[in-house]
Amino acid sequence: MTAKFVWMTLVLGREQDIQFGLLLAASQKWTHRVPWMSTTRWDKAKVAAIAQELKDKPGALMPVLRRVQDELGWVPAECVPIVAEVLNLSRAEVHGVLSFYHDFRRDPPGRNIIKVCRAESCQAMGGVSLAEHIKRRLGCDFGHTRGDGSFTLEPVYCLGNCACSPAVVINGQLLGRVTPERFDAAISELDENLL
Amino acid sequence: MTVRVYIPRDSGARSLGADTVARAIELEAKKRGEQVSLVRTGSRGLYWLEPMVEVELSDRRVAYGPVNVTDIPALFDADFLNGGNHRLALGRADEIPYLKSQERLTFSRVGIVDPYSLPDYISHGGYRGLERALALSPEQIVEEVVVSGLRGRGGAGFPAGIKWRTTLQTSASQKYIVANADEGDSGTFADRMIMEGDPFLLIEGMTIAAIATGATEGFIYLRSEYPDALHTLQAAINAAVSAGYLGDNILGTGRRFLLEVRMGAGAYICGEETAMLESLEGKRGMVRFKPPVPAIAGLFGRPTVINNVVTLASVPLIVERGGAFYKEYGVGRSRGTIPIQLAGNVKRPGLIEKPFGITLREIIYDYGGGTASGRPLRAVQVGGPLGAYFPESLLDQPIDYEALAAQGGLVGHGGIVVFDESVNLARQARYAMEFCALESCGKCTPCRIGSTRGMEIIDEIVVARDGEKASRLELLRDLCDTMSAGSLCALGGLTPLPVMSALRHFPQDFGLPPSSGG
Ligand SMILES: Cc1cc2nc3c(=O)[nH]c(=O)nc-3n(C[C@H](O)[C@H](O)[C@H](O)COP(=O)(O)O)c2cc1C
Ligand code: SF4
Ligand code: FES
Repeated sequence: MTAKFVWMTLVLGREQDIQFGLLLAASQKWTHRVPWMSTTRWDKAKVAAIAQELKDKPGALMPVLRRVQDELGWVPAECVPIVAEVLNLSRAEVHGVLSFYHDFRRDPPGRNIIKVCRAESCQAMGGVSLAEHIKRRLGCDFGHTRGDGSFTLEPVYCLGNCACSPAVVINGQLLGRVTPERFDAAISELDENLL
Repeated sequence: MTVRVYIPRDSGARSLGADTVARAIELEAKKRGEQVSLVRTGSRGLYWLEPMVEVELSDRRVAYGPVNVTDIPALFDADFLNGGNHRLALGRADEIPYLKSQERLTFSRVGIVDPYSLPDYISHGGYRGLERALALSPEQIVEEVVVSGLRGRGGAGFPAGIKWRTTLQTSASQKYIVANADEGDSGTFADRMIMEGDPFLLIEGMTIAAIATGATEGFIYLRSEYPDALHTLQAAINAAVSAGYLGDNILGTGRRFLLEVRMGAGAYICGEETAMLESLEGKRGMVRFKPPVPAIAGLFGRPTVINNVVTLASVPLIVERGGAFYKEYGVGRSRGTIPIQLAGNVKRPGLIEKPFGITLREIIYDYGGGTASGRPLRAVQVGGPLGAYFPESLLDQPIDYEALAAQGGLVGHGGIVVFDESVNLARQARYAMEFCALESCGKCTPCRIGSTRGMEIIDEIVVARDGEKASRLELLRDLCDTMSAGSLCALGGLTPLPVMSALRHFPQDFGLPPSSGG
């Protein structure tokens, strides 16, 4: 990693971009578990075990779905009957909850997840054109994953970082005062070959 | 001698590189053989200065910011560890005018203490409210909150004491306290700053609420966009349990209060209290009909006090110093202080805690310094996505529940978003409808379908030829009337506010003559 920073320093030579590059690297230690590996293979026993572990909590369904997503990166439709059985709910109930909340992914995400704030404070600070830039840069629209599985782009509506708008999250790491240049510098740290 | 250096771990400061700065300071100190001990705090809320680094001298903390990693060798050269002068020097932290002129009652510790340290909390006056509460009867605690005039800071502004009294007077074998930490409004971050910067304050407020109402279990419903807050809250809860401030036998008094954090899942509507209860019960976040109010039949049908994070965080001081003390601040029926969150296109964004009654203009110009872009200010949205857009000419209004309502606006959670002249208000109005469509729980037709229809009509107005505009406008007004009248909750009911205020004050953006907004 360190060699890469030095390289960045030389090539980019711009203070802020350097700070952003460093920041992402610093994040490796900090990030909350991010599902880096997108895979359509997943372990049914694991899902059942999660549901078993949490089933006695009052209102257990939300914590169960949250944990499944944290572990797998998404919530496959085939989880529904497993979770329903353990929690003694109907499949319709589980499906209803799964489909209600924006957070729950029903398709596997890409190796990197980019979230871009689209709400008012970020709009006021150039968030709309930043979002356009990011879409172009990633070659991918909101709510989609690139065909090569490298990036998923998701919209969010306020990250509580409005005093540092516009805000973006890259693999769990929050960034503020993002410009197109800083975004590009940040994703150049990720091991992906974008065109 | 070891020098203590404070660097925020607040997620906003981290989003600007505070972690990198912290590590670079450690490395540089090691290289130079200087002894430093780093303390990671919350943020003082002066975000344009973040990452802001403070150094402890014998009698004061001096600040430097905004610090970039590349500044660090020069800071050492300037002997910043002894308060040396440097381009980034800001002087005494608590003398920075933006901070000094505030009246921080609720935010008194944020940015100062280590949020992970219970001893730090206690040595800075923490848990005195709980101590006093344990010596009072439940009725007396409730009375202090009633007297204080504290109104809910989540948006609706309902008197907190009255809500508590209802729950106290409802008998049940089980009652709950729920902290609304969904903070969905764009332009707001006060809840986050408390949870990341002074989490014991929220825990203390909830514990007092529990003792006052007879509740024994509590939940903090935290939005999933706040992973750092989850971490801090969980650590604080563990520390409070270990020290006997939470659990089966609070400080040996035999009272019980158990607390758990639950994560939301990215649904704005779950900030609405009854949708939140549904979500906590493991269901879709569908808004419930009221009555019954949650204070009587809430979570799992039991009496439940549901309050915003800032509301609960205001309680410890009220109980410690008495309701009359808190009531001294503020104007009219808006008592106490409000943490105003200034964001958007503004030079000095941040958190400003002031008594009610301060004007929008004072906040935006005296504190905020005008727009960040330097271009003329054109509009401000006050109170989140359901709040009104005001033009520059209306900035002399005081921040006060009744005064803003009289102008067709609302205080909401205290967020102010500033826009410069590049904003197009027809686009903002359309976005308000889009957001409503996206986040509607689907129970009411005017909200679910009307919002999508509203987007289409606004598009039509903008492109319509002059002769056709009038009929489209009529349609939009009718639609907004239907949404206001036919919606169960404020999402559908108040979306017309940003839409109609945009139309009223900025008709040109809709392709209409300047005076036609009506
Ligand atoms: C659509 C909608 C979203 C809301 N979002 C929040 C929120 O994010 N945080 C909050 O504290 N209150 C929110 N509220 C207000 C709550 O319904 C409720 O009034 C509040 O939690 C009560 O606490 P308080 O009296 O302390 O403000 C929202 C209301 C509506 C209608
Ligand atoms: S107004 Fe909208 S969000 Fe509120 S209850 Fe009705 S449909 Fe649900
Ligand atoms: S509006 Fe983008 S972080 Fe709040």
